[in-house]
Amino acid sequence: MLIVNDIDVYYGNIQALKGLSLEVNEGEIVTLIGANGAGKSTLLQTLSGLLKPKRGGIEYLGESIAGKPAQSIVKAGISHVPEGRRVFANMSVEENLDLGAYLRKDRDGIAKDLQHVYELFPRLYERRKQQSGTLSGGEQQMLAMGRAIMAKPKLLLLDEPSMGLAPLMVKNIFSIIETINQEGTTILLVEQNANMALSIANRAYVLETGKIVLSGTAKALQESEEVKAAYLGGL
Amino acid sequence: MEWIQQLINGISIGSIYALIALGYTMVYGIIKLINFAHGDVFMVGAFIGFYAIAKWEMNFFAALLLAMMLCAVFGVIIERVAYKRLRNSTRIAALITAIGVSLLIEYTVVFFRGAQLESYPKTIENKTITILGAQIGTHSILILSVSIGLMILLQFIVQKTKIGKAMRAVSHDADAARLMGINVDNTISATFAIGSSLAGAAGVIFGLYYTKIDPFMGVIPGLKAFIAAVLGGIGIIPGAMVGGMLLGVVETVVSALGFSLWRDAAAFIILILILVFKPEGIFGKNAREKV
Repeated sequence: MLIVNDIDVYYGNIQALKGLSLEVNEGEIVTLIGANGAGKSTLLQTLSGLLKPKRGGIEYLGESIAGKPAQSIVKAGISHVPEGRRVFANMSVEENLDLGAYLRKDRDGIAKDLQHVYELFPRLYERRKQQSGTLSGGEQQMLAMGRAIMAKPKLLLLDEPSMGLAPLMVKNIFSIIETINQEGTTILLVEQNANMALSIANRAYVLETGKIVLSGTAKALQESEEVKAAYLGGL
Repeated sequence: MEWIQQLINGISIGSIYALIALGYTMVYGIIKLINFAHGDVFMVGAFIGFYAIAKWEMNFFAALLLAMMLCAVFGVIIERVAYKRLRNSTRIAALITAIGVSLLIEYTVVFFRGAQLESYPKTIENKTITILGAQIGTHSILILSVSIGLMILLQFIVQKTKIGKAMRAVSHDADAARLMGINVDNTISATFAIGSSLAGAAGVIFGLYYTKIDPFMGVIPGLKAFIAAVLGGIGIIPGAMVGGMLLGVVETVVSALGFSLWRDAAAFIILILILVFKPEGIFGKNAREKV
């Protein structure tokens, strides 16, 4: 579904990704784990068109999307839930969800998906008229995910959904990620919480200073000594 | 009942400031630029209205509409030519450019028609009517109703329409807006178009009210509208409306008390006071974002 082939990406003058390649197949949950500053968010920003690769190709459903503007990538079916949620704090929950469906014109489909988002996140329904800046961190994460789902993506990019959340909320969010995946959305999940990420993923990549250093099934990586030592708390 | 009279005069003059201030505040909200050329868009609007009424014999409302449309296009051209390429440069560079654009517009108009005054044609007669013992000019009422009508329309656009929601999204977080599929460039252009059309409308009603227009007429009202925007809280749309009207009322009161020579100074004293004591403006709050 998504093939990233040997890309170089610069963040200002700093090279953040160095010849990175990876693949996501339809229906999978693929996770990308790595420490702070490894280049995880840079990769997602490149996939969603906020950054342009200097070199290399990105192919999505057989078409090149490298360097295309963000709106045509959203239109093609890739939604990105950014790090730190980035909800529109000055707007209500419902207005945020409406903006998620910005490029869609099928009113009936939008209404149906809104209903569906409220089923996935009943908390958002309770707070639909509330300013989203007043939500808790977990609720904002739900809103950011709901907003991305409103675009009806085929591929969902999630950047650190567990960041700053209480353990119970993290569990809740991850079980919803699994539900979304079972409903047919492919997921590329970037996480520092390697334990949680590997527990729901099919396959995983380990990123270090802009390069993939390890890849394999999530199960294999969970058992790998290197990953255990570096990312799973040395257990 | 003289105070009602003064209040209504103040509000109607203030509504002209408010219309201009809206453009300042919207543009600031979306690209954090104080567009000092905005007062000159107002001037161009006044001249378009003048030619439409005096030379092409259009009626007042047709001239108003024409000025709004042409100013909208003019605003977008200014943005695309001068500001767009500076979006990632320092704010001071963009600010200096705005001052340059302002001078360019003023002297281009002087180049083509000279710097002399022009008298606005009397398309609508100013009658005085008495309400509750207060003598109120019909022009004041016309100005007030046109301004309030436009402000309601603007609120509707910003709150309810798709482009309005896109404008709010971009002004809050441009990258997050991109991730929604919003075309940020087009949204910024739309903001310039709407703000400039309001300035154009302000130019035409200013001409009707003050009857004298010239190529430098945008400077002082532009600065005052900027003060109005700061007073209300820059970047906040209702703030610009209230700030403008408040400024108009203060000026009228200062004049009515016999200090008409101090009228302009009053506005700048307000600016200094607001910057010292409440720099975020009446409606501004120091919004802290939750992470």
